[in-house]
Amino acid sequence: MRRGSRGIRTGLTAAAVAGLAVLAGCGVGGGEGGSGRTAINFYAFNEPGGSYDKAVENCNKEANGRYRISYVKLPTDANQQRELVVRRLAAEDDDIDIIGMDVIWTAEFAAAEWILPWEGEDEQAATEGKLAGPRKTVEFEDKVWGLPFTSNTQLLWYRKNEVGNVPDNITWDKLIDDAAQKPTGIEVQAAQYEGLTVLVNSLIASAGGQIVTEAGDVKVDATATRAAEILSKLGTSKAAPPGMATNKEDEARIGFEEERSFYEINYPFIYPSAEAVGKEFQDSIGWARYPRTEADQPSKPPLGGINLGISKYSETPDLAFEAAKCMASEEHQAIAAELGGLPPTTEAVYETKKVQDAYPFADLLRESIDEAAPRPVTPAYSDISLAIQKTFHPPDGLSPGSIESKLKDRIERAGEGKIY
Amino acid sequence: MEAATATQGTRRTGKKSDRARSERKLAWMLCAPAVIAMLIVTGYPIGYAFYLSLQKFDLRFPDDKEFVGFQNYADVLTSSTWWSDVAVTAIITVISVSIELVLGMAIALVMHRAIFGRGPVRAAILVPYGIVTVVAAFAWRYAFDPASGFMQGLPLISDTAAPLTNQTGSLIVIILAEVWKTTPFMALLLLAGLALVPDELHEAAKVDGAKAWQRFTRITLPLMRPAILVALLFRTLDAFRIFDNVFIIQPGGALGTETVSILGYNVLINRVNLGLGSAISILIFLCVILIAMFFVKVLGTSTAQQRGEV
Repeated sequence: MRRGSRGIRTGLTAAAVAGLAVLAGCGVGGGEGGSGRTAINFYAFNEPGGSYDKAVENCNKEANGRYRISYVKLPTDANQQRELVVRRLAAEDDDIDIIGMDVIWTAEFAAAEWILPWEGEDEQAATEGKLAGPRKTVEFEDKVWGLPFTSNTQLLWYRKNEVGNVPDNITWDKLIDDAAQKPTGIEVQAAQYEGLTVLVNSLIASAGGQIVTEAGDVKVDATATRAAEILSKLGTSKAAPPGMATNKEDEARIGFEEERSFYEINYPFIYPSAEAVGKEFQDSIGWARYPRTEADQPSKPPLGGINLGISKYSETPDLAFEAAKCMASEEHQAIAAELGGLPPTTEAVYETKKVQDAYPFADLLRESIDEAAPRPVTPAYSDISLAIQKTFHPPDGLSPGSIESKLKDRIERAGEGKIY
Repeated sequence: MEAATATQGTRRTGKKSDRARSERKLAWMLCAPAVIAMLIVTGYPIGYAFYLSLQKFDLRFPDDKEFVGFQNYADVLTSSTWWSDVAVTAIITVISVSIELVLGMAIALVMHRAIFGRGPVRAAILVPYGIVTVVAAFAWRYAFDPASGFMQGLPLISDTAAPLTNQTGSLIVIILAEVWKTTPFMALLLLAGLALVPDELHEAAKVDGAKAWQRFTRITLPLMRPAILVALLFRTLDAFRIFDNVFIIQPGGALGTETVSILGYNVLINRVNLGLGSAISILIFLCVILIAMFFVKVLGTSTAQQRGEV
């Protein structure tokens, strides 16, 4: 028995050591970013192209010691970013000064009074020269709550050499039929997460629907059924890529790059990324406007992007406003477009050589962002989004006939702060 | 044991001696720090969660805060989500704990009987338990990833199998990950029980001509019963609160893999609805108490039976 008990003891010691290591690891989480009177902490998703780093670096140089921005990088997953920021804001954490807010957070953060409104000169700086789509995303109850920094929208990408040219007015039905015939996949984001809400919202908006009206009322109608029909048709057709029900942006990009699929609905970051695969591959990529839901109605592409919001708990809000304006300058928007594949929010930036060079499709991008359908602007957005995700998942197991009443019921209950 | 006889003794006389009284006082004083610590770290949070669960309280709408009594509980208990999540959790718990019990017993026997290299054998078996659950869950998820996983390449598994794209497949992977990770823990607890079985009984049975299987079912299992029940209790309570494996393997509890803990997380952390979320937490707590009571009752009678007291 002696040897055996020693074995266990060694095991337990090892477990204890591992436990201590974990505890030590937790300790690091404390004060990210900097502190002090001139420190400005910028919480935003980790932009892999390095353009946000560049903006921070430039502004710090320009400020010449008046303030010093530290870029605290958040996960790329939108749900996780929000959870992290919300937790800190709800706890009145003064460590956050500038928040890189996803466009869908505005109403929620503003209603909870976690962020400061942009007024007077600041308001002018936040809205002047901006495209209509991004401007709508910072407005809530007649006030402006953020500065649109970078925008985003999705295009239909395809391989010219494999499928020929795709017209800008193609419908989802036609696209799915074409792909299934080939057969090849259409990469979309249909995992149960925010990306599915993006897809469903655009399908509904392109059919003329609107999940939450401007007045804030829930309005689920037959357009939801139409959206479910399309999603279900794709999910059960040969055009459904493997793992469709778990694919996010990156899985979609990989599926397209590995030639599993010749079509892809995705953000423009896939274009600079395609260069890494090879110049030849990048040159074979064609683009078209987001597919239509109905043949006779122009599509309403999704609208993403990052707005800069100033935390109410910031100890130096004046410096934070100043730093935010510096970061979202036209020059930095152009850099974000070039390095990060993030489209500008200021109309004029689309004319610059940098953007025209980086994006051969710059004009289509501007048009899409201008005519995009924002996701519901409501303080209960995350509840509604979770309800949409749950109702429209998995894409190959939907029964479109019952979706309208189901979605309506769930959104209403979620909006009242209940569960369904 | 000594304490038990001592109290019985005092009860019988009905009058405590000075010595017994001062010993009792000392016992209370020695226990006090632990009791106070427990009250602070567990009693307070549970009480606070219960207090929160009686309110309508969403961090995003601080002005709407009001006392609503048991309304949150009614909301949860009348929702289809709660009951489907309870069913999913129960399925995962029952299947994974059953497999773990059988496998854990086999492994415990191996560890017990290992003649050479006992230390290394035991250490090797414990490795999965030493790996951080999140890391292990990622390994399982990537192994079965529909696009890049290697499991589809193995013999006996269809090349087009994509378990993580449907509910049954996802549950199977989650259960496998759970079993892989915690069987060693089960084995360790059972090993302790095995050590309680005296070798003499086995030898006597062998002399009487009992076969190995008979000795296992007639001697080992009955004597190990308390150990088995403790192991089952620990693992059932653990498995019922399963969170990390599901969270990683099927993020957000997608595809009908949402467990009660994931539901609590979604409501508390994502929707920051403290009232409703706390009600869910309290309900999970009540489920855990029910499970514990069930086991303790079974455990209590069986050990009493064994001692011949009933």
